[in-house]
Amino acid sequence: MELLVASAIGVLTSAGLYLILRLRTFPVIIGLSILSYAVNVFLFSTGGLSLNQPPIYGPEVENYADPLPQALVLTAIVISFGMTALAVLIALGGFLETDTDRIDMALDEDDRDVPDPGAQPGVEAKRDRSAQEAGVLQ
Amino acid sequence: MEPDTDSTLILIAALPFIGALFPGLMIRAGRTACAVSAGAATLAALVLLVTLMPSVLHGDGVAAGLDWMPQLGLQLSFRLDGLGLLFAFMILGIGLLIIIYARGYLSREDPMGQFYTYLMLFQGAMLGIVLSDNILLLTVFWELTSLSSFLLIGYWKHLPEGRQGARMALTVTGLGGLALIGGALLLGRIAGTYEISEMLAMRDQIQASPLYLPALILILLGAFTKSAQFPFHFWLPHAMAAPTPVSAYLHSATMVKAGLFLMARLWPVLSGTPEWFYIVASAGLITMVLGALIAIFKHDLKALLAFSTVSHLGLITMLLGFGTEAAAIAAVFHILNHSAFKAALFMTAGIVDHEAHTRDIRRLGGLMRLMPITALIGTLAALSMAGIPLLNGFISKEMMLEEASHTYWMGNEWLIPVLATLGALLSAAYCFRFIAHTFGGRVRTDYPHVPHDPPGVLWLPPALLVVLVVAIGVAPALFAGWLVDASASAVTGSDVHTHLALWHGITPALFMSGIAVAGGLLLLALFGPLGRTWDRTPRPEAKRMFDGVIAGAVRAANGVADGLHDGRISRPFVVLTLAVLAAATGAFFRGGHEGPQTEMLPVGGLDVTVWALLITASAAAVSFHRNRLIVLISMGIIGLVVSLAFVRLSAPDLALTQVSVEVVTIMLMLIALHFLPKRTPLESPVLRRWWHGMIAAAGGLGVGALSYLLMLGDTAKISPYFLENAKSGGGGTNVVNVILVDFRGFDTFGEIIVLGIAALTIFAIGEALLDGRASRRLANWRDDVPRSKDRHPLMMVVATRVMMPIAIMVGVFIFLRGHNQPGGGFIAGLVIAIALLMQYMASGFAWSQERQKYPYHSMIGMGVLIAALTGIASWFAGYPFLTSAYTYVHFRPIEEFEVASAIAFDIGVLLTVVGAVMLALYSLSRLARRTGETVNEEAMDYDPAGPSGAGEKGAR
Repeated sequence: MELLVASAIGVLTSAGLYLILRLRTFPVIIGLSILSYAVNVFLFSTGGLSLNQPPIYGPEVENYADPLPQALVLTAIVISFGMTALAVLIALGGFLETDTDRIDMALDEDDRDVPDPGAQPGVEAKRDRSAQEAGVLQ
Repeated sequence: MEPDTDSTLILIAALPFIGALFPGLMIRAGRTACAVSAGAATLAALVLLVTLMPSVLHGDGVAAGLDWMPQLGLQLSFRLDGLGLLFAFMILGIGLLIIIYARGYLSREDPMGQFYTYLMLFQGAMLGIVLSDNILLLTVFWELTSLSSFLLIGYWKHLPEGRQGARMALTVTGLGGLALIGGALLLGRIAGTYEISEMLAMRDQIQASPLYLPALILILLGAFTKSAQFPFHFWLPHAMAAPTPVSAYLHSATMVKAGLFLMARLWPVLSGTPEWFYIVASAGLITMVLGALIAIFKHDLKALLAFSTVSHLGLITMLLGFGTEAAAIAAVFHILNHSAFKAALFMTAGIVDHEAHTRDIRRLGGLMRLMPITALIGTLAALSMAGIPLLNGFISKEMMLEEASHTYWMGNEWLIPVLATLGALLSAAYCFRFIAHTFGGRVRTDYPHVPHDPPGVLWLPPALLVVLVVAIGVAPALFAGWLVDASASAVTGSDVHTHLALWHGITPALFMSGIAVAGGLLLLALFGPLGRTWDRTPRPEAKRMFDGVIAGAVRAANGVADGLHDGRISRPFVVLTLAVLAAATGAFFRGGHEGPQTEMLPVGGLDVTVWALLITASAAAVSFHRNRLIVLISMGIIGLVVSLAFVRLSAPDLALTQVSVEVVTIMLMLIALHFLPKRTPLESPVLRRWWHGMIAAAGGLGVGALSYLLMLGDTAKISPYFLENAKSGGGGTNVVNVILVDFRGFDTFGEIIVLGIAALTIFAIGEALLDGRASRRLANWRDDVPRSKDRHPLMMVVATRVMMPIAIMVGVFIFLRGHNQPGGGFIAGLVIAIALLMQYMASGFAWSQERQKYPYHSMIGMGVLIAALTGIASWFAGYPFLTSAYTYVHFRPIEEFEVASAIAFDIGVLLTVVGAVMLALYSLSRLARRTGETVNEEAMDYDPAGPSGAGEKGAR
């Protein structure tokens, strides 16, 4: 069981890291969420795993799962929702204000790796310059 | 030596800080009220100080203290001895005069409330330094003086010189402060205590330690930067861009004397060694001569006074460096004298500037006839600085020359006496020039503004100081002897009885004094040709060098920062990930580990299936991430699998939380995706994608391996405590919930505040987007995907209506049983939020919002408030914040149940969670309404204007 959980944490971390390294806001936010799943499960697992031993106190019960990481992770889950929501709104604001959802501030065409397949490079660069003038969120 | 304990001392130290609160408020009542409020606090502190005076002069001083952080040796301990008394008198006395003077000096355009607040903060910090009996506490106040003097020097924010001068002063004294902290810690480590009074008894132990020299150098760096000793003297003249009251206060009695105070305070343990003598006495000697030399040729009155201050600080430093008792007495006496005449001189310069609208000595002259009172004050103070008999400066200068006349430097008996006489000579010269070129000579016709004597509020404060200058000069034993005795005893640690007198007989010092005065007059006579020579001589420009160093540091910092951060998140993220990986790998191979310690748990068929689902979903998220809907669905699957894993691994609370958060998150993302592009374009080249993939794989491998070893490791846990005490101490059987609301209630309290702040920030961003560029864009919004005409389907509306009460009931049930069974405020809050969101989905956000009476902001506020009040309630029972209590109640026919005060706390959690979740989604939905989304009148409607609809009437 431990091997399954550890490998799952590893896979989630990899997926999260890869998506965070993308250049657009949406995959970055998804990557951040997936990474926070990985972190939450990792924190939870530091207490050791146990089956059918919920930390509910009872007079007859002998063994319990470790309640402390569970309490920590519970609030972490709720707070990561708050942070995801915040990131989503910032991303949305950036997109609406600047017409692009790129995460970088590279404003010249030369800095681009590959031009957008759909967009004309000249138009894109012009947009970005006006974006610089408007500034994100004014 | 046991000092009396008197907590008045703490009040004295606190009074300036209390006084700092008033000016900002009182400025509304007028400028005089503002000045009076600052003056009253200072006066009160001064009066209280006088009441403590007898026990300092006739006893062993006064001490008082409070615990702050005893574990670190940091104590709020204060002690008033002779040295502290001398400085406290100067700080409060001259402070009071400055407050009066500034009322007359500052113009109508200057924000006076700010000025007095800064001044009182500075006064408090200074007073803190001289009253501290704990060297760590002293460094805290030391840093405070650096910060508050920064505010004061840069008070005229519109002047670039003011801002640059303030920055330079902060940089130099701040760096010195850092060195001082290091020195204080070293000294504390040698002595084994941070209490200064205990430290002072350990001279031999401290001087024998190998850490003595590093500690000494660090402490002296702090003192030299603060007291503008060579080679750190350059900041002081640039700080003259401050308003004159600030210069008069900072550069006569306080800020620059802090370094001298520190050397005097630690004199008993640090002085007397060759290291001390050669560093301190030499630096003081160079500073004295150099400062005096530059001062002569300065044309700005304040610059002249600034360099004269540098020179006199050098003189006192040199005396402290000699390490003899007589020199220490002379140093203490000169500290007092210099404060009196220098504050008066600065105020005089301020008056001249105020009246004649210039401080340039070349445009002045002849003021004796136009402003006789000011001229008299200025002349007397300057003559005292020159060391003319019957004025206080003469006596301490004689004592300095006397000490210098028999001090050897590396066996050379001439060096110090000659240089000291030269310093005195140059000093006399600039004093004579100050008098002759400002007040003497003929009345001119080309002043920028014809000067007159100012109103009394400006000339009375310096006049009082000059009275003191003359009184001490005529009868030193009567007016200053007792204070000098007390403070010199405190510096040297032995009982000192000085015999301050005007006439010491025919001594070498008298000859040296005579040479100095005569030479000074000669230099004044030759000033014309000398000045021209000086102007032709190339000199190093301190400011340019300083700016060069700063520019270099900024370039270096930018080089590093730009290398790490090129404007896209990926670069720093890659650097961070690689650094963590490298550090972890290094630690792993160097630290060693014991391998798995425990057996693995068995695996069932279902476990493997669910695991495979997770891996597939993750793979899908990465492979198809350019289709944003697919990546969102994959994320949803991952979240569900994670909650299933929590069910399986004995964490029911986590499973409930995860599954409900998942629902809300996906909903939020879907709304956001409505506005964002639906596909991610392919941008990164193949190589970069491989590189990122490798980093991601390495990171995942590392985390997975770490987690595997952790899970199978055998580590000591603190959880048994929680398991044992949950029922008996917290009154609940669900240990996770008891930890949240009871054991770690304070954490939870902080967390709901964070959640509330996040939600409010989201709302604020939404607000900001609704006016401006984004708003125009939304108003012209065109959907990029076809939309359903059936906006609010009948089936869904009916179903959610039926589910609403059931869902709310489930939420309440989960909340109530939370203390004993899986559940609690967080989960119940999420469930109730989902119940509400279902209505919003079915009938539209605006429609539902109109039927919702309570704003979400206040729900967040109420939640935090209820949680806080629950915590505070335990104060009234005499327990610490958030101590919980519980009892059992029995209403027939319901079975007996237990009520804990924690349930009120949990209500707070619930309200905050509901409010935060709803506010976040509400903010997003407002954006949607700006796109022209119509508000339906009925709960369910059909939109005939949909993309494929043509005039069809819907089901209304």
